[in-house]
Amino acid sequence: MNNADTSCATMRFDLQVIASWIAPGSRVLDLGCANGDLLAYLKEHRKVKGTGIDFSEEKVAHCIERGLTVLQGDFREEVGDYPKNRFDVVVLSQTLQQIRDPRELLLDLLRIGKRVIVSFPNFAHWSCRLQVLFFGTAPVTDQLPYDWYNTPNIRVISIRDFHRFLHMIGVRVVKEVAINTHHHDCKGNTVRYFKNFRATYGIMMLERV
Amino acid sequence: MVTSTDNNKRKTLVERQYYTFAHPPDEMVLDCGEKLGPITLAYETWGTLNAQKNNAILIHHAFSGDSHVAGYLKEEDERPGWWDNMVGPDKPIDTNKYFVICSNILGSCVGSTGPSSPHPVTGKPYGLSFPMVTIKDMVRAQKELIDHLGIKKLLSVIGGSVGGMQVLRWCVEYPEMVHSAIPLATTLRHSAQAIAFNEVARQAIMADPDWNQGDYYNGSGPTHGLAVARMIGHVTYLSDDAMREKFGRRLYRDTLSFGFDSDFQVESYLHHQGKKFVDRFDANSLLYITKAADYFDLARGDGSMLVNEGLANVTFLVVSFSSDWLYPTYQSKALVSVLKKNGSDVSFCEVEAQGGHDAFLLPNERLNGLINGFLDRVYDEQC
Repeated sequence: MNNADTSCATMRFDLQVIASWIAPGSRVLDLGCANGDLLAYLKEHRKVKGTGIDFSEEKVAHCIERGLTVLQGDFREEVGDYPKNRFDVVVLSQTLQQIRDPRELLLDLLRIGKRVIVSFPNFAHWSCRLQVLFFGTAPVTDQLPYDWYNTPNIRVISIRDFHRFLHMIGVRVVKEVAINTHHHDCKGNTVRYFKNFRATYGIMMLERV
Repeated sequence: MVTSTDNNKRKTLVERQYYTFAHPPDEMVLDCGEKLGPITLAYETWGTLNAQKNNAILIHHAFSGDSHVAGYLKEEDERPGWWDNMVGPDKPIDTNKYFVICSNILGSCVGSTGPSSPHPVTGKPYGLSFPMVTIKDMVRAQKELIDHLGIKKLLSVIGGSVGGMQVLRWCVEYPEMVHSAIPLATTLRHSAQAIAFNEVARQAIMADPDWNQGDYYNGSGPTHGLAVARMIGHVTYLSDDAMREKFGRRLYRDTLSFGFDSDFQVESYLHHQGKKFVDRFDANSLLYITKAADYFDLARGDGSMLVNEGLANVTFLVVSFSSDWLYPTYQSKALVSVLKKNGSDVSFCEVEAQGGHDAFLLPNERLNGLINGFLDRVYDEQC
């Protein structure tokens, strides 16, 4: 496996943050693993036993060819088979906004994993707010590059909304960071103040209460 | 001619070998309770077993296959083995790196003991006095061969269709001897549809008067019944798409015959396949092997036999093919679902392919990449 494949700097910035939260040797499930960049990085640098799930035949085949454990399928159905606490960490990166039943899914993920890490685009970022306020249009940004008629995103979430939601369903936040990304999301920085206004993504590590 | 010499030089020659065991009084006790012995398995090997003996891969052929996976048995042979596109030097299952073994299954007719073999007492072919064998019996016989070769643990067991059933049986019976497994285009239990097709094939043979209750070895045998059985098989190996693409309604002759000779290319294709099969396969072997496939059910009773602690250490790559309607993708997914519950490391991919069930045998870059990448990985993990 060549280093270019698994170097941290070429990975999406939210995945870089997520990787830094995962302890060496953990059992990890990556939902919507795409080309397997996170799994390959974790396998090589953290000796993680990882599994990925993705819907695309091409992406799954690419992952298996590079030596990763990956299943082709709809992860909302696939996760049901796993026994309780099968994984130390379940990762759901940039997919939450496309889930029909986020409550049921998160609770199921917290059953099969001791902890769940989610990252999601923050719809309350100032550029979204400005577009609605000044142009009166549904926001289109680097993180949310779709028009209303072709977006796969069916949930509009902000960091503040998500906190309320977690409180309502009784899930604890173990760790949280808000990030501001640029350069096609490959680079970024942590946002400490006015997160819900300034961050493009929220990332949280969750566990059962 | 220079070219033909060059061609011949490039041919990888392989020798068919034989291993005989279970000599009386130590016959093998089969699933059905009867004893069978001596048992001979025909097998071939490619590559070299390394000093640690940890680079061995056992390939299982499908129901009508044989031990001749790759290369040529004789210089003058025109066609290589049945999976030559997959197995060989620098091929996806690279014989420069791995030691590959394949044996003809118990009950078959291509060198291993089966209904056409001579009965040890009478010297005449067994015919229907050959005991019923199961996939488990086939695998137990293969285990004798692997022990004989001095291999304690197989790097991988690989097979499609009935070969995939053997892969799964190996995992259930000898999980400690299996590092990884690649079941292709297969199922953990034979479906009603698959049993139905097999039964029609068997009836075609048994309805042929020349079958003579299986006692036909001094005559031509049930050639017509066997050809029809094969024609049915080939229908199930293709797909609606594959047939439309391959034949459509194209005619075999210039105009319609207004009779019952072959008019369409698809008819002549099936006739050709039937005829070819009669020349190389024994009708009784077809009866026995299809029955073994029909009996195959790893989910019998309440729990699955694949739920087994030992299996948690086996790494799986399960592959199905989108147009396979004999062992459709949902059956591979059911297998994956059980393996996940077990805690096994399991990867799964449904390969987009038009070829129907036959797709696993046809050249396919995606399948090549999957198998090659997976084997690289399990080899690195083990070594």
